[in-house]
Amino acid sequence: MVELLSGIQMLATPAVLFALLVGSIGGVIIGAIPGVGAPVAIAILLPATFSMEPLVGLTMLLGIYGSSMYGGSLPAILINTPGTAVNALTTYDGHPMTKRGEALRALGLAYGASFVGGILSILALILLSPVLAKVAPMFGSREIFLAALLGIVLVVIAHRGQTFAAGSLAAFGILLATIGLEPVRYTQRYTFGFDFLSSGVDLIVVVLGLFALSQGFLLATRPDEAPQGARVVGNLFKAMTGVFRHKRIAAAGSGFGVLMGIIPGVGEFTAQFLTYTYAQKTSKTPEEFGNGSPEGLIASESANNAVPAAAMIPLLALGIPGEALTAMMLSVFYVHNVVPGPGLFQNQLDFVYALYMAMLLLNVLVVIFVGLSSNLLLRVIQIPTRFLGMTILTLGFVGVYSLRNSITDCAVATVFGILGLVLKRQNLPTVPIILGMVLGGIMEVKLRASMARVKTPLDFVDRPIAAIIAGAIVLLILVHIWGVIRERRATSPEDSHDHDIHDSQQG
Amino acid sequence: MKTFQDLFRRYRRPGDFFIALLSLLFALFLLINLPTQAPWLENVKTFAQPAFWPGVAVIGMVVFSALHLFGAIVSERIPGRMAEVVEWIKALEFAAWFMAYVWLVPLLGYLPSTLVFTVLLTLRLGYRGWRWILGAAVFGTFVVLVFKGFLQVRIPAGEVYDYLPSGPFRTFVMTYL
Repeated sequence: MVELLSGIQMLATPAVLFALLVGSIGGVIIGAIPGVGAPVAIAILLPATFSMEPLVGLTMLLGIYGSSMYGGSLPAILINTPGTAVNALTTYDGHPMTKRGEALRALGLAYGASFVGGILSILALILLSPVLAKVAPMFGSREIFLAALLGIVLVVIAHRGQTFAAGSLAAFGILLATIGLEPVRYTQRYTFGFDFLSSGVDLIVVVLGLFALSQGFLLATRPDEAPQGARVVGNLFKAMTGVFRHKRIAAAGSGFGVLMGIIPGVGEFTAQFLTYTYAQKTSKTPEEFGNGSPEGLIASESANNAVPAAAMIPLLALGIPGEALTAMMLSVFYVHNVVPGPGLFQNQLDFVYALYMAMLLLNVLVVIFVGLSSNLLLRVIQIPTRFLGMTILTLGFVGVYSLRNSITDCAVATVFGILGLVLKRQNLPTVPIILGMVLGGIMEVKLRASMARVKTPLDFVDRPIAAIIAGAIVLLILVHIWGVIRERRATSPEDSHDHDIHDSQQG
Repeated sequence: MKTFQDLFRRYRRPGDFFIALLSLLFALFLLINLPTQAPWLENVKTFAQPAFWPGVAVIGMVVFSALHLFGAIVSERIPGRMAEVVEWIKALEFAAWFMAYVWLVPLLGYLPSTLVFTVLLTLRLGYRGWRWILGAAVFGTFVVLVFKGFLQVRIPAGEVYDYLPSGPFRTFVMTYL
């Protein structure tokens, strides 16, 4: 309780509140503009937050992370174009509702479900935090190594249907983390004699290239589009309460969101898949899913919005980011020499509570903002996409160049920008590269530290948590293989679907 | 019930074979260079070897890329492979635009370079008329004011600023623009 009050006190400073306001409103706008998602915005703003206090910087980034999905549901429902990648599923049921004249109801349900998902997940985590404070110190080097390995395994198998490409990209990420001067024996690794590679490949440069510049290149090369949508008439706040008629789905979405957020490497898509499948299986009208089912819409939006708060758990408690956005946030900690991990929950629980209170406040702020300004937002998002590409490149420059004023950094980011463009055009994920880079670095350090006490391979898993995680890794791989064999029968033939570029992989 | 892949429409696209092939060739190139680029040291335990993790990563890349390529070969061919590769090459033009902007900033200064970049790129992207030009210029100025003026991110003053008459105006320009 003392920590909770102290956390509220930390939050109640003008700088933090201002950052929260800017992050949450900015996040909604950014999320609502198709083509710019939270990853693009966070990547660009990351270097600018390094000069801020850790709580101020993190609050702003969390604000963007937590609110972008609210904004992203607006174009998903009204114009059938998801604002962010995790709103792609929302288009399935949201847009058909708009077409049959239920735009207000669809928007209200989406915002209401997002709000319920966000709030329930934060409350669950506030209640869970004291437990986590007790469990986190049980994680030694072996357990953290295994948790990071679990993250890598999961990020690969979570990309069902693209596992080989995801595996190859994750391995590439691990390689990127090893480039440069090896910190213990000072040998050069994969520098090919280039001086600029001796200090390694900077994570932020890669992030900016893969998320921001690639999106700029992608938009600049594609045909111009300017989203147009009809105005929404009616009281959105009243429409939001409609979600309480589907409490079961909203609660299931929040539950899956929290679970999938906590487990590293999984994230929003798997949470949405599980909730959507559960909702459809238990629905009285499963045939409506994909044709404007309010339950489907609630499943999608409650699950994705429950993830951000939960995703902070492995980051704060173990120092392991579970997806790209928390991987970016990890660098904010590193810049301030704050190493997240078990100690943070034990010694700075107030800091953790302050972050959760910020997220709670953020959801309230955002729901008021979207309730009042959806029609205004609809006008803001009508920026033509190629013009938007120009703006992303201009902003991407600030992100990369302000790091070290290095032209080489910009060139490296450009190379990753082109790689990101190719991956996005191929509907392939960029996230495994980032997670491979971050988790690969953690795995190398932790494996080396843990092997000092390991004599036989079984010693590695002789502690209960290590054994559980190792068992989970083996089990997940087996379940994945079994699932792939089973799904092969259900997979649609190659000529039964399109081969277009889809938004569910884009920033 | 839809599968995960169907639900998020993560289908193969033309060019899948090409990217798998490039990926495997790159992984093999790294594998060939493994002994020289990450040498195996004597009297050092396997897990503490500097070459251990690069080795794991490169072998992982080779195995997964080979499987990806195998998957692409046995799958039905989707027409439009070369057209897709041409699209990748087209993007290089914008990479060149970006690098030109990077090159220009230390010379002309942040504000002038940003204005040149935003306005010229807007024209290149096909937007015509004074509204677009003005929009691009206003956006460029806004970015400079927010990031350099307000957030004080580290971007050096342009070389041309040295030619301004010394005094408070030059200091202002060097600090905020």
